[in-house]
Amino acid sequence: MATTTIRQGPVLPAPSGRAGFGGTLRSEFTKIGSVRSTYWTLLMLFAVSVGIGAGISGLSANSWSNTPPADRTPFDATQISLAGLLVLGQLVIVVLGALVLSGEYSTGMIRTSLIAMPRRIVIYAAKAAAFTAVALVVSLVTAFTAFFLGQALLASTHQSATLAGPDVLRAVIGSALYITLCGLFAFAAAAIIRNSAATITAMIGLLFVLPVLVNWTPWHNDLVRWLPSSAARAISATVWNAGPQNAHLFFPWGQFAVLAACTAVVLVVGGILFLKRDA
Amino acid sequence: MIEVRGLTKRYGETTAVRDLSFDVMPGRVTGFLGPNGAGKTTTMRLILGLDYPDAGAATIDGKQYAHLAYPMREVGALLDARAVHGGRSAYNHLLCLAQTNNLPRRRVGEVLEMVGLTEVARRRTRGFSLGMAQRLGIAATLLGDPKVIMFDEPINGLDPEGILWIRNLMKALAAEGRTVFVSSHLMSEMQNTADYLIVIGRGRLLADCTTEEFITRSSVPTVQVATPQADQLAKAVAKEGGTAVSGDNGTLIVSGLTAGQVGALALEHGVRLEELTVVRASLEEAFMELTTDTVEYRAGAEGAHSQPAGPGRPPQELAGHGRPGSDGRS
Repeated sequence: MATTTIRQGPVLPAPSGRAGFGGTLRSEFTKIGSVRSTYWTLLMLFAVSVGIGAGISGLSANSWSNTPPADRTPFDATQISLAGLLVLGQLVIVVLGALVLSGEYSTGMIRTSLIAMPRRIVIYAAKAAAFTAVALVVSLVTAFTAFFLGQALLASTHQSATLAGPDVLRAVIGSALYITLCGLFAFAAAAIIRNSAATITAMIGLLFVLPVLVNWTPWHNDLVRWLPSSAARAISATVWNAGPQNAHLFFPWGQFAVLAACTAVVLVVGGILFLKRDA
Repeated sequence: MIEVRGLTKRYGETTAVRDLSFDVMPGRVTGFLGPNGAGKTTTMRLILGLDYPDAGAATIDGKQYAHLAYPMREVGALLDARAVHGGRSAYNHLLCLAQTNNLPRRRVGEVLEMVGLTEVARRRTRGFSLGMAQRLGIAATLLGDPKVIMFDEPINGLDPEGILWIRNLMKALAAEGRTVFVSSHLMSEMQNTADYLIVIGRGRLLADCTTEEFITRSSVPTVQVATPQADQLAKAVAKEGGTAVSGDNGTLIVSGLTAGQVGALALEHGVRLEELTVVRASLEEAFMELTTDTVEYRAGAEGAHSQPAGPGRPPQELAGHGRPGSDGRS
């Protein structure tokens, strides 16, 4: 039965041009959108970031009202509401970014993908673009939700921020950009490492362990501004003197540029290896 | 058509494919035969651009695979049916492949229908049996209605019904004028399916001919004789220049003489024959014959082996393993 239905006149419309970025980008969106793990991961990103942001905001409001006015120190209400996103949200998005590529290596799907689209740079770029788009949209939604919920909980302190406040919009959008870049960094690292667990471990090392190690060194005031993870603190700050170490950081976008530059380098290295290595 | 020219691939110390050249022509099923680890999968990976050759090139209708305008319209290749994301439905798996080549969405439904997976199209592939996964892989190869079809060990793990289905599919695709290139380590299967054979062993070309030619060329035809006077006949055969060895159940296997000659000898010596059969060598035997050379060479045996094994080859290389795991099914 199968053998008789294969050819019935022209099966496909005549081709024009060649297979390229557009179709592959659509394909990558289909890939991301057609597995349940994506939705669970993104839901977790949202829940953890908003939940923890709300928790910290609530606790801060509580301790503020229990502290005598004379002992109150200024705090960064914007940064507090974004803390969940910046600390745990980045971990979730790192997992998602790594899985976009390393998941294909662990299942063998990468070979199927490369047979369908053998122009590797197209696959690499389309994957990076599709992930970035999804990650950015979800990060922005999460960041703004966490901000508004956090500010509502901090309202009793009369220290809460509004988007119209100085640097507040930069902090909220910048935080979303920060975790998106972390995810993209993990994507590129996965192109180099090609293993999910190892990539995620390496990213935890870079974002969580390395800052602690640097903190123990005598040169930490000179080193801290060169860490990719320091961008989180700088880009989300609206009250510069609220953070004890902020004096050793670059100004927010400068500190963000350190992360962006590191990500760019890793993306290029990952891309070259993706192109040159046997699949 | 597929053209392979001087293809060489090394993985570290091991040479998986060595200076391999052959053509795969349209309109027939070409079997790609060799023992496990002979370099079949590696060769296919090189043709598809998954691995880069150390020397030589492979082209599809004169173009490297990566340079084809719409690869899936030219080539449908299935290397490993399990190389899918288990969390994705069959439909979405095919859809994301079709989209890379701008193929219409309706085509997904069509190929699912062809391979009989319409019922399970929305199910995640994790729960698929190997047979279903194999059908899904074949559906993917048909998406672009390609001129060239490549299957790597497609009948592995299939039930008899599935084997028959794939065999008929390959024959039908070839009958439509497509190039069908299918690898197997099962000689018997190729005998039933392939019109033409490319045989490799340890990454080298051993034969490139029609299946029939391969059998007649690489194997000595023998005559099986059943007789109560086996000793007497054996002596007569030896005197005539043939060779007689005892086979099963007291029969004699005679080589070097035709059945007619054996019959005449028996009459001449008054030997009563109970059976006289020409034994046509099967592809399996012809293949064993051919690859025995390599085995004997490894054992260091002297002999008139025509195999161009080359001097001074280190023994471990003769084992002929591909890169571990590159096979996907070792």
